Amino acid sequence: ADLRSTLVTTNSKKMSRWSHVTEAPPDPILGVSVAFKADTDASKVNLGIGAYRDENGKPWVLGCVKEADKMIDAELQAGKIDLEYLPVQGYQPFLDLTSEVILGKESKALKEKRVAVVQSLSGTGALRVAAEFIKMYAPNTVVYCSDPTWGNHFTIFGKAGLETRKYRYLTKKMTLDIDGLLEDLKAAPEGATFVLHTVAHNPSGVDPTQDQWKEISKVAIAKKAICIFDTAYQGYASGNLDKDAWSVRYFADELGLEIMVTQSYSKNFGLYGERIGALNIVTSDASTVPKIRSQLNGIIRPMISNPQLHGARLVATVLNDAKLTKQWNEELKIMSDRIVTMRTSLRDALVKLGCQPPSTVFPDWNHIVDQIGMFAFTGLQAKHVDILTTKHHIYCTKNGRFSMAGVNPGNVEKIAAAMKDALDTAGPSDS
Amino acid sequence: STSFSTIAMEGKVGWGPKWQHVPMAPVDPILGVAVAYNADSSPNKINLGIGAYRDASGKPIVLKCIKEAEKKIANDPAMNKEYLPVQGLDPFLKVTSQVIFGKQSKALAEKRVAVVQSLSGTGALRIAAEFISMYAPGKPCVYISNPSWGNHHNIFRKAGLKTVTYRYLNPQMGLDIEGMLADLAAAAIGSVFVLHTVAHNPTGVDPTPEQWKRVADVCEKKRAIIIFDTAYQGYATGDLDKDAYAVRYFSDERGLELMVTQSYSKNFGLYGERIGALNVACADEETAVKVRSQLNGIVRPMYSNPQLHGARLVAGVLSDERLSAMWQQELTDMSQRIVDMRSALVGSLNRIGCPPPSAKFSSWNHITSQIGMFAFTGLSPQHCDQLTKKHHIYCTRNGRFSMAGVTPSNVDYVANAMKDVITSA
Repeated sequence: ADLRSTLVTTNSKKMSRWSHVTEAPPDPILGVSVAFKADTDASKVNLGIGAYRDENGKPWVLGCVKEADKMIDAELQAGKIDLEYLPVQGYQPFLDLTSEVILGKESKALKEKRVAVVQSLSGTGALRVAAEFIKMYAPNTVVYCSDPTWGNHFTIFGKAGLETRKYRYLTKKMTLDIDGLLEDLKAAPEGATFVLHTVAHNPSGVDPTQDQWKEISKVAIAKKAICIFDTAYQGYASGNLDKDAWSVRYFADELGLEIMVTQSYSKNFGLYGERIGALNIVTSDASTVPKIRSQLNGIIRPMISNPQLHGARLVATVLNDAKLTKQWNEELKIMSDRIVTMRTSLRDALVKLGCQPPSTVFPDWNHIVDQIGMFAFTGLQAKHVDILTTKHHIYCTKNGRFSMAGVNPGNVEKIAAAMKDALDTAGPSDS
Repeated sequence: STSFSTIAMEGKVGWGPKWQHVPMAPVDPILGVAVAYNADSSPNKINLGIGAYRDASGKPIVLKCIKEAEKKIANDPAMNKEYLPVQGLDPFLKVTSQVIFGKQSKALAEKRVAVVQSLSGTGALRIAAEFISMYAPGKPCVYISNPSWGNHHNIFRKAGLKTVTYRYLNPQMGLDIEGMLADLAAAAIGSVFVLHTVAHNPTGVDPTPEQWKRVADVCEKKRAIIIFDTAYQGYATGDLDKDAYAVRYFSDERGLELMVTQSYSKNFGLYGERIGALNVACADEETAVKVRSQLNGIVRPMYSNPQLHGARLVAGVLSDERLSAMWQQELTDMSQRIVDMRSALVGSLNRIGCPPPSAKFSSWNHITSQIGMFAFTGLSPQHCDQLTKKHHIYCTRNGRFSMAGVTPSNVDYVANAMKDVITSA
């Protein structure tokens, strides 16, 4: 294209040089919240974004976080702390604690100083830094993400210039398609990257059993795969941080594998908007760690220079305080228990209404109760979701994923009734 | 039976270490100074490396207006931690563009400015770079002053753009305006020109209004994509409007489309909270809407959405008349202290008869004529090495002093050290 002529025609003061830029389509997940906000109906329900709500549908700032906020403010007012730049890798007290949360107190990798860790802007930031690192040092890898997965996975790895593919994950009945999964990973080229969900798979809520994780690990070893454990829901799934970390600790400790682990404290600490997380790279050899860390810093410097203070201070303050840490564990249990209760309530409400399962593939609605974590992958499809939204002001992503935190005793009957209406109107889900 | 880890460690299963080939990255020249400084145990050590303000006793400060804004946030029961929209905190976005474009801005009145919250200046530049890489035809070359902030080159290269330099300083530390204009005039049509709004980093030398006019002329002729890097607004003269002259001249008087990155690290003392913005002033509102959507598309796979705290603090101050007035006063105080330290350093150097750093200079007056946070002293890398080795004074090897690190109690020590390394060389 003739660059000069393009620019000559855009030289007129009225015409922007950016007039060829198109409007980006709304993000499928975030777009739901935007639409929800714009809705003026009093009974509207947001089952879109994965953010916890209490039983009155209100966001919950954890008590341990409120306390930490007070402590930090007091120190700032007293001149005991300042707002100086963090090092590129992040807030050291946070870094000293975060890896242990996921890898555990008994972690051999930590004891042997084989973990390179940097603070990140929650899970997204950690994944992007990991992706850029992989592009630099394993550029020929192919990145495998589950089908389905969190949509932003493909965008992140794509932005880093990496090729992405899918591996099968779910059967039609919403159970783990372990055979399809293993087959697809076995067909991957050597040195492929496997993006795995540590626990509470997003969006399906279906996790491998321990035996299934063992099968996956054998393929990962045979393929010399780069394993990335995306950890956004630790503590959220079972209410128990250690239990939820099983897959990571199995790969890192029992098998002694090199893995990458991204952490998000958005959900389990309720720190969504403070953007706090970490990227951990577990290596076989401690001497590699400073080199890896220096390159991670080299990625962060031209992206954001260094990360932000506040969220890191909050997490470090809680984890450094035994009382606050205990409170955090209790509040985690409250959140995950409420989700489990709502799963049961929704299933029961659907049964009470005589609502048919979404298709003949499902014997019942028990998949809602069997799935774990924040989301229910209901089996509803876009045609149902449209009715839920336009007729009933219930918002969720078009793949029928419900954020169960948005369900509460005050709206569960309405939701069940709306689901029945959607199925009655649009018919069962297509296979 | 033998565990997997044993088998793996014996190399019998080919899981293999993956990262043995990763080399140690070179130390960042600016950040490396702080690391070296922290490691130094000398009681005389002085940090003139990083551009962060220090008070007269050499201590970092938190602005009073920020402490008040903090208190309000901490005591507000309605504050939650929910995700921000991808573009950032709305009350922050509503005020930030006006800080740089001004109340009388035509671009703002006509809603032609796409703005997103960013992680300070670096974050804004990276988003701008990625946007340009995606949407500017033919992946243009990015022109960066020589010298400039080192990270400029890294940022644009990471976005897949080639960077080249334009002349900036003459040997006497004045602006080489003819060299600058010649280099920009030789650029291809549609190139990217990175300009420093005020208080050029590292030189402290800015174009005059007459020189800015000539720069605007060549930008227009070259249909350049103009980026104004604004890290020191209010810090140079103490006056936010005065420091914004270049941006407002280009945008309002010349009607040019431009990108403006803002950092609140220095002027709000919010270094570690990483708060800034990227503004893209477009010819029309419709384009601004589309541009904003694509900026969001860049943010989403980078970190999803930006962080709350810094944005709340800036918005909290700027939306409150009393706190805004407090901020303006504190800005004046900070910039005045820097100006005073420039005079003090030159006074001290003259008193002890310290010769200028090289034959290019007839005096130390460049230190007092430069503006902003930095003094580009003219010391050589070898001088700087000796300053560090012998006198525990840390600065970047290009002879750039962060004047905020100079205090009444250390200025003579610094002057004497400078005399020592210059006369010993």
